[in-house]
Amino acid sequence: MIPELGQFALILACCLAICQAALPLAGAQTGRRDWMVMARSAATGQFVFVVIAYAVLTHAFVTDDFSVRFVALHSNSDLPLGYKIAAVWGGHEGSLLLWSLMLALWTLAVAAAGRSQPLEFASRVLGVLGIVSAGVLLFTLLTSNPFDRLLPPVIDGNDLNPLLQDPAMVAHPPLLYVGYVGMAVPFAFAVAALLTGKLDRNWARWTRPWTVGAWIFLTVGIALGSWWAYYELGWGGWWFWDPVENASFMPWLMGTALIHSLAVTERRGIFKSWTVLLAIAAFTLSLLGTFLVRSGVLISVHSFASDPERGLFILLLLLLISGGSLVLYAFRAHNFEAEGGFRLVSRESFLLANNILLVVACGLILFGTLYPLFHDAMGAGNLSVGEPFFNVVFLVPMLPLAFLLGLGMHAAWQKMNPKTLIGRLRWLGIAALLVAVVFPLIAYGSTGVMTIVGITAGVWVTLSSLIEPVSRWLDSRAVRLTRAQWGMFIAHLGVGLFIIGASVTSAFTIETDRAVRIGETWEVAGFDIEFRGLRQVEGPNFVADEGEFELRRDGEFIATLRPQKRIYRVRTEPMTEAAIDGRMARDVFVALGEPLGDGAWSIRAQYKPMIRFIWFGCVIMALGGLLAATDRRYREPVRERAEAKSRVGKPAEQGGH
Amino acid sequence: MKARQQRMIFIGLVVAGMAVSAGFAYRAFNENLLYYFSPTQVAEGDAPLERRFRLGGLVVDGSVKRASGSLTVDFVVTDNYHSIPVQHTGVLPDLFTEGQGVVTHGTMNADGLFVADEVLAKHDENYMAPEVAESLEEGARRAAEAE
Repeated sequence: MIPELGQFALILACCLAICQAALPLAGAQTGRRDWMVMARSAATGQFVFVVIAYAVLTHAFVTDDFSVRFVALHSNSDLPLGYKIAAVWGGHEGSLLLWSLMLALWTLAVAAAGRSQPLEFASRVLGVLGIVSAGVLLFTLLTSNPFDRLLPPVIDGNDLNPLLQDPAMVAHPPLLYVGYVGMAVPFAFAVAALLTGKLDRNWARWTRPWTVGAWIFLTVGIALGSWWAYYELGWGGWWFWDPVENASFMPWLMGTALIHSLAVTERRGIFKSWTVLLAIAAFTLSLLGTFLVRSGVLISVHSFASDPERGLFILLLLLLISGGSLVLYAFRAHNFEAEGGFRLVSRESFLLANNILLVVACGLILFGTLYPLFHDAMGAGNLSVGEPFFNVVFLVPMLPLAFLLGLGMHAAWQKMNPKTLIGRLRWLGIAALLVAVVFPLIAYGSTGVMTIVGITAGVWVTLSSLIEPVSRWLDSRAVRLTRAQWGMFIAHLGVGLFIIGASVTSAFTIETDRAVRIGETWEVAGFDIEFRGLRQVEGPNFVADEGEFELRRDGEFIATLRPQKRIYRVRTEPMTEAAIDGRMARDVFVALGEPLGDGAWSIRAQYKPMIRFIWFGCVIMALGGLLAATDRRYREPVRERAEAKSRVGKPAEQGGH
Repeated sequence: MKARQQRMIFIGLVVAGMAVSAGFAYRAFNENLLYYFSPTQVAEGDAPLERRFRLGGLVVDGSVKRASGSLTVDFVVTDNYHSIPVQHTGVLPDLFTEGQGVVTHGTMNADGLFVADEVLAKHDENYMAPEVAESLEEGARRAAEAE
């Protein structure tokens, strides 16, 4: 009975979403105030019912109600409670429900903040969010109902995929979803601006903190996914360019471009239609990410054909949401007039270059991700695009971007004397190059061209992010940085640390696969690893062989590592749990392979220098985003900021971007 | 410089940059396309000898052999019509077992042995790589025809 209540709540939520879509949009078009104010109550009601539906599904998991098909497929009575709660998003149907829940949450927040915006505009924003929500809820109800019954019910469930039984994997999808769904907010703002036909700097000021908010979650979500892949998949890599990863990375690239384009629109009143286009693209890629990944279409076009109902619905939804907004864009975007110009050497130019490079990278990744799909759909045979392709098409635009970034942060708006800019940063560039040449030789005893280029880029970005905050800190008379400026410098510091980490890891990782017997000691990158023993351990829903390895350096004990080879009882699948001794400067990673006979095991041991900088850099980026999104000007009530204009052109006092 | 000239320089730089990246992308793309071939296609000589490609099929029961204590493993991949011997050195993925679907990346050597540098097994028990499923169907059809 209770699951039916959940379904009922979901239907009510869908009806309310349709109201939230239709009434305010119609009201704004005809000027009916009473219809426009309905938006907020419809959004609140929708939120309540989605929460009820979500709670009901969670209840079904916690109480092991295996008469619900989705629960039977993704849970088991032996599953620990925390994983039962997380199993709600362990499959397609439940994760759609989570998607709707996140959207309802964002909508509620947007509705609350919209009180300080003109009613007509705020209603249109909520109306557009209502359309998105109605579409997704309809999709859930018609093709992917999580409350479907299983008759007759099974005694016990099929268990959660062992790969997902991990703390990082519990947090990864919700974070990513908050980010994906958050991109609906700038999208709704963009469509509302197209409908109104007016886009001013206030619009950019309203949109920006939401975009940065969504971007923060995407950043943390992707970083967490990468970290999970690193230690859980047992291979020790941190990024594989597989379609599922690309699907989450493309909205991030677009979102990053959008944040920077919004900065120009807010500050200078230009790049308006471009910003709107980016907002549409970012959300389209988010939708693509969610649906294509969860419905399995990215893995193969065949799964599209095996479930034509879902596939057709996805296409229709994309056509309606993205196609509709693009048509609107074609008719309305010419209304947005630029409020000024800029010279070649100016912050606007650097931000434009940032946008072009990010969009090029994103476009090429999209091409590489979708090409095999089209190739196969045309009946031209099955192929895949290898990792090196993605490395090249990503690095070719990103390396120039890193070098431009350092300059752009210090460029003034509108125009600047190039000599001043280069004069201020020349020594930083030389210092970065010196570090890049010397550091690898001292620390790792070898070097290469790409290593030098990569580390130069990383150190350059790091130093140029630090110089302004540090010099202001040293000069007690200097004007203090605003929170948004702090945010900009810190986020870019994160980018710098990320580049350093990625360059050093890719250049100096040592990976070894080796046959080892108990009692044997071998050496990896100066560390001695001793295979001390093997024992059986038992978990709540698995049994495992657990190896014991002692890590030493120059005879000195460092750590004991206990990697496991688990067999999950229900699915009888083996799973490798790697053991890692992680330090900021390096990781040592040990994973059990399989018994090779003769008492030997295949053991994978890896030395990964500075790999933590990759995820640490992402966290710093997100932190910078948080500072930027909570700047005072986003918390102030609406008013024309005339004083902002008078400051334009003075680099030392520019507002952050 | 006038604003107009500056704009032209900017546009010129952008176009040049795009052209260079397009060139790099095109080269990288062509070099990294990995075509998939079934054991039958390989046996009939459709697969390239000089290029890396992907080979998929079922791991033949009882075919997995390794020299005791060594990391090098030999197995046979089949589509139930033709079979190809495969050799791999390294740790096999968790879900690699006899009788199950597998996709391997590598090159053919002169002796007709497929030397794989990467072995991928299914993600979960319900899932078989669709290209492998297709090869098996095709292999079964050809085997039936041959009888």
